[in-house]
Parts: sequence; C-alpha cells; structure tokens
Amino acid sequence: MIVGEQKTLEEIWGTVREHRKVLVLGCNSCVAVCHQGGTKQAEVLASLLRMQATQHGADIQFEVNGIERQCEHDFFKPVTDLVTGSDAVLSLACGVGVQFMAEKFHTTPVYPALNTTFLGAVEQPGYFTEKCQACGNCVLATTGGICPVARCAKRLLNGPCGGVNNGKCEINRELDCAWHLIVERLEALGRLDEYEKLFPLKDWSKDRAGGPRKFRVEGFLP
Amino acid sequence: VNLKTESKLEKILAAGHLAVTSECGPPRGSDPAVITRKGELLKNHVDAINVTDNQTSVTRLSSLAACIHLKLMGVEPVLQMVTRDRNRIALQSDILGAASFDINNILCLSGDHQVFGDCPEGQNVFDLDSMQLLQTVRHMRDNGKFICGDEIKRRPRMFVGAAANPFAEPFKIRVPRLAKKIAAGAEFIQTQCIYNLGKFEEWMQGVRDRGLHEKVYILAGITPMKSLGMARYMKKTVPGMDVPDEVIDRLAGVPKEQQAEEGIKICLETIERLKEVKGVSGFHIMAIEWEEMVPEIVERAGLFPRPEINAKQN
Repeated sequence: MIVGEQKTLEEIWGTVREHRKVLVLGCNSCVAVCHQGGTKQAEVLASLLRMQATQHGADIQFEVNGIERQCEHDFFKPVTDLVTGSDAVLSLACGVGVQFMAEKFHTTPVYPALNTTFLGAVEQPGYFTEKCQACGNCVLATTGGICPVARCAKRLLNGPCGGVNNGKCEINRELDCAWHLIVERLEALGRLDEYEKLFPLKDWSKDRAGGPRKFRVEGFLP
Repeated sequence: VNLKTESKLEKILAAGHLAVTSECGPPRGSDPAVITRKGELLKNHVDAINVTDNQTSVTRLSSLAACIHLKLMGVEPVLQMVTRDRNRIALQSDILGAASFDINNILCLSGDHQVFGDCPEGQNVFDLDSMQLLQTVRHMRDNGKFICGDEIKRRPRMFVGAAANPFAEPFKIRVPRLAKKIAAGAEFIQTQCIYNLGKFEEWMQGVRDRGLHEKVYILAGITPMKSLGMARYMKKTVPGMDVPDEVIDRLAGVPKEQQAEEGIKICLETIERLKEVKGVSGFHIMAIEWEEMVPEIVERAGLFPRPEINAKQN
C-alpha cells in the first residue's frame, strides 16, 4: 500500500491561509490504513486548522468530507459540488490523489496535506516499512523475495557492500542490511550457491528513468 | 607472461614481485601542488598510487584530474571510481578520458553512502554497482565495445581491480563474494585494512581452497595506527572495520608519545606475517593523514628498493 505522513500544521496552514472556504478531503484507502489521510484524520486536521484560523483572526470556513479513493473518477460523484463550491481543497490523499484532483478540477487549487513516503507493508498496526520502489522490472525471483532496489540504501544488485555491521546497514544501525537478509534467505531455501550468479546491468528505463509510465490492459478499453 | 595492459602494476605482479601501492586523497580545493607533493613523497617507494574518488562522500578535487597530475609527473596512478555519483554514460566517458591519458589502472567501487559526506541531502545514482562496473571496464577493454554494443575506437587498456572486505558480515559469503568479483572481471584486489590477522588468514585459506589466489592478485590493506584514539575511532565508528582488542591494548600499553611508533611496529609485524601467507601478492599501504610515513614503512618492511620495470617492455 501507499504510505503517507501528514505535513506539519505550520506548512499546511501556510498553503490554505489565504482562502475563505476550504474543503478538507480525506481518502479512505491506503493513507487511511496508516492513520494519516482518512476522513477521521481530515476531521482532526480541520479542527486544528479552525483553531489556527481563530488565533490568526482569519475568517476561514473548513468543510470536511472523504471519499473511498481520490485516484478514480467514479468516487468523486458525491463530492463534485462540494469541490467546485470551495475556494480550495486540502487533500489528505497521496500524491496520486492530489494530482488526480488537480487535473479533474482545473480551476480549483488543490493542496497536499501529506508527504507521500513509500510503498510499504503494515508490520504492526501503526508501523510501516518500505518494500517496493515500483522499478517496473521485478528482481525478487533471484533475490530470495527481498528487494535490494527498495531496501538497500545503495540499491546494489550484487551486494552486500563492505559497510554491513552485524546484519545492519552502514547508514543506520536500526536498518536491516537487505543483502544480509537475502543471503540468510537464500541459505534457508538451500540456494546459497545462487549468490555467486552475477546480476546483469539493470534496465532502468522501466523505472523513473524512462519517464512517466502508463499501463493499458489489453482488450479492456473500448 | 601474457600481459593485458601497459600497467606497471600488472607487470610487477606478473613478474612475481610483491607489489606495493599507496593512496593519495585529493584536496578540498583546486591546488594541484597538494597532489604532486604527495606524488613526490611516494613515487620512489611504491609501484602505483591509488587516487580516491570523493572518499567518505566528501566533495574533493576529482580523482581523474588528480590521476592526470600524477601521470604527468611520471607516477603510476590507480584511478578509483565509485558508482555512487555517475550513471553509465558518465562512467564510460570518464574511463575513456582516463584512457586518453594512458591511465592504466582502475579500482571499481560502489562508494560510501552520501549520508557520511558533505552532501547528505544529495541524490545517489548507483545505476551500476561495483561488480557491474568491473564487467563494464572489462567489456570496454576486452571486447572494445560500449555497454550498448557500439564499437570503441582505441579501447581503454586498463588493469582492473576491486576492493574486498574479508571482515564484513556475513563471513560465509566473503570468499564467494571474491569469486563473484573475479567472475565480473577483477584482476587485482586491494583489501580492507587488516588488523585481525586470524580472520584474514581464515579468509585466505578459503580463497586458496577454491584456487582463487591463482586467478587474482591480492594486495593486503595496511593502515598504521597513529594513536590510540585513532584505533578506538576505527573500531567504533568506521563501517566494516575489524580492530581486535589486542591492537587497542597494545597501543594503550605504551606512553602517548610512543603510540605512533607502536602503531608502525604493529604495521611492520603485520606485513612480515602476511608475506608468509600464500596468495598475498603485495601490500596496499593506506597511511591516513600520515602519507609521510609510507617511505619509512616500505623501507623498514624490507620492500625497498622497488623493482625496476621498463615501461615499454611487453
């Protein structure tokens, strides 16, 4: 899922303070799971912003709502009038949702309330870790199901580097060395000899390097 | 002997001599005298000088430019190249640039993470890793081709090296990792600084068991401890460094003003012991902020004078 983290109130206030009527819009999928962007968090954020407005003597009306996903047209039907009737939208969606809205409502300013941080897993409720960087060319079949692109700080395809210490990464002793995990996993699978296979130069054109990516499902579109 | 390059380092190793290399860190400024001074200091006592590439991710004068300064004064440089800062276009381009000055040695590294340096907020590249850079240089040299397959006019003729850290965890892949670097194209290896001789010898045993010492020249990394403080710092802070307590205790056991000499003694004893280890082909002496000690170490270790190699013989 997509993990996000709310921006500071200070930064958010800076983006909305000049508007009179602001819709604070939650997104109830990924970023609600990480307790940052759902309707519930939108309510709390709106209350904080009302207090901020009062303190600054600003007359701003904050309306709250939320939809299932801000990255899909169908879900916007119930809030379209609300959006067009507002001076601005403060979106609690990930960067995808914010942009999708900005494209959809051409004359309405849409501001992000979150920093979109990574594609991750729910290790425990309230604790999320990065697992994937959507490189577009999955390597997991040869790395024991552990991704060096997302989880090695140098994204080494033939790691580990010399900086590994007791299984931890040189940049942060709380971070597991992905290659240490890969080696342990290959051993557990009885495939440690595969460690010596050289991983060839990666085709990064499927990654960000190749420009914005698109995907069409064959035969699905008219 | 079938030599692949004009590298003086390769010739010395191929002739069966114990090679001696050292290193020179470029300055944080544009004064070439810093490099040429270090070159002058080291040139009669070592066979080649590594030039570090923005080591510990601190921005410095470029490794390639510093190598050119050394080359022009008749010193044999080893161009260190990290994959952290450049993509495959820039790497291949700099390899050709170095080759145009007949810089005949390259050490392929991934590089320290930028978080340790002066630009922790910078982007890293890592388009290739060190193994893939090894493959790239060998492909350019042996096949005369770019990565894309296009032909190179006047191919780079470089003797290709890599680093090895025999001490890093997990130990079980340390010999396989060397084998992998050899498969990727490494012809010489410069190791991490050796203080834990027992561990190093265990690694070398594994290396010999697989016959890897016959496929690659291994230069043992040597760094003299200047003080107890340095030893403690290296043990605690430097990633991948294995400094046993005996080294710390030995330095702690002498008065402060004798610690430097004790550090040199440890270093000389290490060299003596490693000379007896089969598969060790030479020494890479990295005297950090203490380059002036290298000639003395080389002399006292009985590694002086250096063998004369006719640059044109082949």
